[in-house]
Amino acid sequence: MREWRFWLAEQRGTLMAVGIFATMFLIYISNHPAGLTANVVQTAANKGVLLAFVAMAQALIVITAGIDLSVGMTLVLTNCLASWIVVGAPLPTALGVAGVLLTGLACGALNGLLVIVGRLQPIVATIATGAIFFGIALLLRPFPGGSVNEDLADALTGKIFGVVPASLVALGAVILFVWIPFRRSALGRAAYAAGSSEAAAYMSGVPIRRGKFAAYLFSGLFAAMGGLFLTFFTYTGEAAYASGNAYTLFAIASVVLGGVSLYGGRGSAIGAVFGALAFRTIGDLLFVFDFEPLWQPLFQGVVLLLAVSLGALALVQVKNRLEWFR
Amino acid sequence: MSDAASGGGLASGLLRRIDPAVAIAFGCILALLVFGSLYSSNFLSPQYLLQQLKVASFLGVIATGMMLVILLGHIDLSVPWAVSTGAMMACAAAAQGPAGAVLAVPFGIACGAVIGLANGISVAYLRIPSMIITLATNAVAQGLMVAYTGGFSPQDAASPAMRWLATGMLLPGVPNAVVIWALVGAAMVFVLTRTSFGRAVYGIGNSERAVYLSGVPARRVVLMVFVVAGALSALGGVLLAGYASKAAQSMGDAYLLPAIASVVLGGTSILGGRGSYLGTVAGVILVTLLQSILSVMQMPEAGRQIIYGVVIIAMLLLYGRTPAKR
Repeated sequence: MREWRFWLAEQRGTLMAVGIFATMFLIYISNHPAGLTANVVQTAANKGVLLAFVAMAQALIVITAGIDLSVGMTLVLTNCLASWIVVGAPLPTALGVAGVLLTGLACGALNGLLVIVGRLQPIVATIATGAIFFGIALLLRPFPGGSVNEDLADALTGKIFGVVPASLVALGAVILFVWIPFRRSALGRAAYAAGSSEAAAYMSGVPIRRGKFAAYLFSGLFAAMGGLFLTFFTYTGEAAYASGNAYTLFAIASVVLGGVSLYGGRGSAIGAVFGALAFRTIGDLLFVFDFEPLWQPLFQGVVLLLAVSLGALALVQVKNRLEWFR
Repeated sequence: MSDAASGGGLASGLLRRIDPAVAIAFGCILALLVFGSLYSSNFLSPQYLLQQLKVASFLGVIATGMMLVILLGHIDLSVPWAVSTGAMMACAAAAQGPAGAVLAVPFGIACGAVIGLANGISVAYLRIPSMIITLATNAVAQGLMVAYTGGFSPQDAASPAMRWLATGMLLPGVPNAVVIWALVGAAMVFVLTRTSFGRAVYGIGNSERAVYLSGVPARRVVLMVFVVAGALSALGGVLLAGYASKAAQSMGDAYLLPAIASVVLGGTSILGGRGSYLGTVAGVILVTLLQSILSVMQMPEAGRQIIYGVVIIAMLLLYGRTPAKR
């Protein structure tokens, strides 16, 4: 009988994110001139899924009590790479997709090695690797351009049976077949334990190093999936510094909106996905209400500021003032 | 930071206190100078070196604020738009007639201080992790500036005073920007080594809890450090605007990574509590020389980003690692 209460307490952040998203989407749809049509949902889904992948990548690192400021640049790098190699006949395209995903894994592995074996601070290490990833992206695509297998791109960004957005299905499949098995495996638990209390986990013989490394690997993989989808939407590769930074920033906002604790060990990638969908919907609300596009960066910044300030509410619960100072 | 050498034992005290990281940084500067002189004979000419020092002084002012924040064990990622805000607001004030031209420099710096104030209140009193909240204030500052300028580079020109500060020469042969950096640096050294405020900064970097329990108003110190860092970033922006005689969108983007790099390369621990200003000076000169050599060699932006990232990671692996557990 008590089971469900524990489950509810554990999933509170995720459920909050689902609630925020549902409310925002309802406001959005009821004010949209076209109403709830398959096309409106498809456009919204495509934009949301892109950020959702990056948010999942960020969530994995945040769960281990780290932060990854290079996710946006991994996305840009894989986008530029995909615009070269995901082309042609089905077989080369499949190899290209595999190559892009492997590149993402390599980016994650580099970050993981630097943080776990190199014992560097995740913030500076990922700022530096982000610069490297961006540099490589710029080497690949000094100017925007390239192409992608358009059949695959259209299939993955279109609608299945004319109703369900294919990108949402892809996202669901990744959650179902990658995230949930990882979450339930010993490695996934180790990643959570490392974020929750590294010392206690270490003392209990939890394989924290392997768990954290797996989290970094999957983070790179998810970011590469985001890069693939970006290529599918735009049909081109572009090494844009500002857009890489924006994705990193929005991913952090999504993770916070999604109820993942920045101190680690609490939350889930599913929450981050709903956080990302909610964040995108909030951005789109501006269009529905006919605001000047110029105000959008400010609006998104304020949403981000409010989202991260939500964490300050935990201060109210602190009983001992010393808890403020770590 | 501890035993202040006084009187006769200055030289031996200096030798004893020399940080290996600072020595490595100065060694790298010498190596770069030798390498550069092999590449181009102009490299060791006084004009060229003075020009480098002038360029370094913009970064030096910004890195000074970054160093204070890093000494606390925090990080300030709002540098890019604090720099741009300072520059744009100073130019905007300069366009408001003679009174505005007089107030341009203080007004620009004050705008940066306001950004720092928002950071400081959030970090010190709301206990929001600094890297998150400074990303958010950076986004808000960007949003405000985009809304204000309409997304284009503003047309307002820098005031004569700003141009004089950046390019004029009060002392014959020494650019004013270098003098400003020297003044800021001298004030910083005095504050860090001779005041209780400086002691508190180092102490908070080591253990904020202990500092708080010793009766030091730890939160007020953190708040003030962020305000000073924001103001110094804006001062850097004002000088840059004076140098280029106008402000530009995203002119600050190129200063975040170099500022962190200079501080870290100068041997300041990214975990806080350890580091000397001499090291930061060495780091700033090192980064500026590296940039200069790369541009003399006509290295494209991509290569520069990669070299930056690799150099920062290499230096961090040399002496920026957290101690091993167990």
